[in-house]
Amino acid sequence: MFEAISFYLFSFLVIASFWVAVTTSQALYALTALAAGMILISGFYFTLGADFLGAIQIIVYSGAVLALYAFGMMFFDTTREVKEKKPNKAIVTTLAVLAAVLTVAIVAAPIVSQNIVALYPSVESVGNTQQIGVVLFTKYLVPFEVAAVMLLVAMIAGIVLAGKKMDISLTKLSESEIEKQNAEELV
Amino acid sequence: MEIGLNHYLVLATILFGIGLYGVMRRKNLLMLFFATEILLNSVNIGFAAISHYYADLTGQMFAFFVIAIAASEVAVGLGLLIVWYKRHNSIDLDEMSVMRG
Amino acid sequence: MEKYLYIALFAPLVSSLFSALFTAQKKKQFVGVIASLLIFTAFASSTVLLVHILNGGEPIHVTLMTWMATGGLNIPFGFVVDEVSVVMMMVVTLVSTVVHIYSNGYMDHDKSFNRFFAWLSAFVFSMMVLVMSDNYAGLFIGWEGVGLCSWGLIGFWYNKESATWAANEAFIMNRIADLGMLIGLFLVYWNTGTLQYEEAFAAFPGLDHATLVWIGIFLFIGAMGKSAQFPLHTWLADAMEGPTPVSALIHAATMVTAGVYLVIRSHPLYDLIPNVGLFIASLGAFVAIFAASMALVNRDMKRIIAYSTLSQLGYMFAAAGLGAYWVALFHLMAHAFFKALLFLGAGNVMHAMHDELDPFKMGALKEKMKWTWIMMTIASFALAGVFPLAGFYSKDAILEVGFVEHHYIIYTVLLVTAGLTAFYSFRLVALIFHGEDRYTLFGIHPHEAYKFMLWAMSPLLILAIIAGAFQHTFFELVEEALNAVHYHIHSHVTLWIMIIGTQAFVLASIFYAYKKYARKGIKVPDGTSETEQSFLYKLLYNQYYIPYFYDEYFVKPYRELSSIFWKKVDLKVVDATVDGIAKVLYSTGSATRGMQSGNLSTMLRWMVVGLVVLLMIAVAVGLAARYSAELSQFLAGLGV
Repeated sequence: MFEAISFYLFSFLVIASFWVAVTTSQALYALTALAAGMILISGFYFTLGADFLGAIQIIVYSGAVLALYAFGMMFFDTTREVKEKKPNKAIVTTLAVLAAVLTVAIVAAPIVSQNIVALYPSVESVGNTQQIGVVLFTKYLVPFEVAAVMLLVAMIAGIVLAGKKMDISLTKLSESEIEKQNAEELV
Repeated sequence: MEIGLNHYLVLATILFGIGLYGVMRRKNLLMLFFATEILLNSVNIGFAAISHYYADLTGQMFAFFVIAIAASEVAVGLGLLIVWYKRHNSIDLDEMSVMRG
Repeated sequence: MEKYLYIALFAPLVSSLFSALFTAQKKKQFVGVIASLLIFTAFASSTVLLVHILNGGEPIHVTLMTWMATGGLNIPFGFVVDEVSVVMMMVVTLVSTVVHIYSNGYMDHDKSFNRFFAWLSAFVFSMMVLVMSDNYAGLFIGWEGVGLCSWGLIGFWYNKESATWAANEAFIMNRIADLGMLIGLFLVYWNTGTLQYEEAFAAFPGLDHATLVWIGIFLFIGAMGKSAQFPLHTWLADAMEGPTPVSALIHAATMVTAGVYLVIRSHPLYDLIPNVGLFIASLGAFVAIFAASMALVNRDMKRIIAYSTLSQLGYMFAAAGLGAYWVALFHLMAHAFFKALLFLGAGNVMHAMHDELDPFKMGALKEKMKWTWIMMTIASFALAGVFPLAGFYSKDAILEVGFVEHHYIIYTVLLVTAGLTAFYSFRLVALIFHGEDRYTLFGIHPHEAYKFMLWAMSPLLILAIIAGAFQHTFFELVEEALNAVHYHIHSHVTLWIMIIGTQAFVLASIFYAYKKYARKGIKVPDGTSETEQSFLYKLLYNQYYIPYFYDEYFVKPYRELSSIFWKKVDLKVVDATVDGIAKVLYSTGSATRGMQSGNLSTMLRWMVVGLVVLLMIAVAVGLAARYSAELSQFLAGLGV
């Protein structure tokens, strides 16, 4: 009973906040709604017994990613109204629904036909975090390391891209001047 | 009333649809990024639910990697966005027409 | 020995390719010299091969490479030098050597000097392939090759419209005949499973008579085109538009005799079907007198010689059709010598007369062109078959064949033709070299040809005189290969009456021609004299109205039909289809151009559309795989 109540409650809240995030014309509202949705999603994870994933969700999304967005927004003029294009709503909605249904259908197909075998069954007596640690550092060690390298690369790329010449506004320079600067950098 | 896997899948579908709707609707690049985050999260919910109902950790593993990819995407994407904004003073998708053939 | 075979075959090719390098450049004397030297090399190699065969050597058979090998079809590039082909090789290389050297002088002032040698040598190469091939496929390659080179050489002066027209006429006429030949080859392959001469000939006796008759007829249709037999004869006279050395080499000595060669080569086939042979002989005799009659009144020097060639080809077919293949081959050889000589002499005259072709406008050239006069007179005597020149032996042998085989009609026709031949040959000689000089009226100052051109012609002169002496050697050479037999007239009295009678008839014709045309007071005909008004003269002068008939009943309807097809079918159906496809593509392009606006949000939406489509396909395939059994049952129910 409790499970059902929590599921519907969280579902409603998540859908509502994400809806706000994609429809509002205020960037700050959108960011706030997104952050709320992210935290609320972790609620599902706790219900589903994926405690570690829930914690990661809060830390990474609500902490790191959204903080990054927040900092990023400082560079932009967020106060002005976000202009939205007015596409044919029916088309957009149909496409979105169709794509979503089809994706889930594909993912759910093996479940329906009952031919899924648990590769790494969870063990009852051991905690979730411990289980994850064992599997992550044995079976998924290589992907884990690759993901670490990827994150490092992304971090460096972010620093290089965003941190370059913070004191110069490229907007106020002409194309030729930018070209000149690029050429100097290469030398 | 028992909450089953199907409930979670339906929820994931709805969230995915919302994300996709946002992707197609948004003109501001930053908001577009928000929508993609929603897409990724909806999939994560599906993974976690399957992982739970089949007592298998693989789903959760995938969710971790998805989160890692999302974080990288944000780092690189934001960097690019800032450079673009510095050059053009705009992050409006419709003004990015350098790819016009 | 194989080495000589390869030299004889490929030296002309090398010559052609070498000359072709300079086709776009100005005249280079060394091109002509080197081409002549290379052709001479081929001639020397052929001579070595002839000596080898004469000394009783084995025929040389080489296989260069496999040309086609698919399924049951296996055609090698094989070449054979046996008694028959070595004779042809000698004729081809000797005449072409002479013609190459002669052309150095004849084409002296032509700006396409280099191109001429490229074509001429290419022709020699094709002709060598034709005569040396050991299978019908190789023969056909050479056959088409000579056709192509003939086209290029007839239309050599391509800025002259009449020349290009004549070239196309020759080419198209030959295509019509080649279709027949090709059907013949298909029949041979279909029924025997091979195109190699030896294997096919071995298989022929096992086939039923009707099949052999069809094969014989279709192969002969090919021969008819190449050798310009009635009714495909009109191209040969028109082919005289080409340079005169070309006429000498291609349209007198070699290419036009390829049809005779084909019949001789296929003699095991024609031996089995004597009724077709009789048809060939009858047609040959008919063409002999038919062409000779047209030569009687013609007023174009080269055309007269062309008709005499046609007439002599008729003789060859008459002999070959009656089974006297060796006689046909012998006449082919002798004819090549004196006819090439006659043509080259005519070339000298043309040069002297600044390309004037009407003999009525010449006269009394013997003072200015003594050597040409001597050569052309001797060549004409040989052509007329006067003892003891080459033509006497070969032509007399053909007449004897007709007599011995009891085909008296053919014999009579050929005998009358011999008289006509003598008459028109000496009509030409008398008009050109004797009588009064009529050319001064036209302001022409004739001069003798270059010395080296005359020297180049001398081998032909000698052979035209003495070739008859080789008759016995020749008979022994080809005796085995062609199942040759002597045609003896048993009664000596009959024999002597025949020979003396023929000679007397020929000499009387010559005398009459001289009397009529060497006298003083000959005028250039202006169409007013009584003879020219007569029906017979008009009929002959207009070539029995056959070119007119062809033009009226084949060319014009064909042109109208083409025009209908062009307007109704090509423009309305074919072009419309092609344009329609283009239009569909074009409109699709402009309709979908919106996708590529460069606008990222539009692209994003299209991306989602693509995703949905792909997902749908994935789901559909998944469902189809899941329910494949039910699906196939359903489809079976539908009768698929």
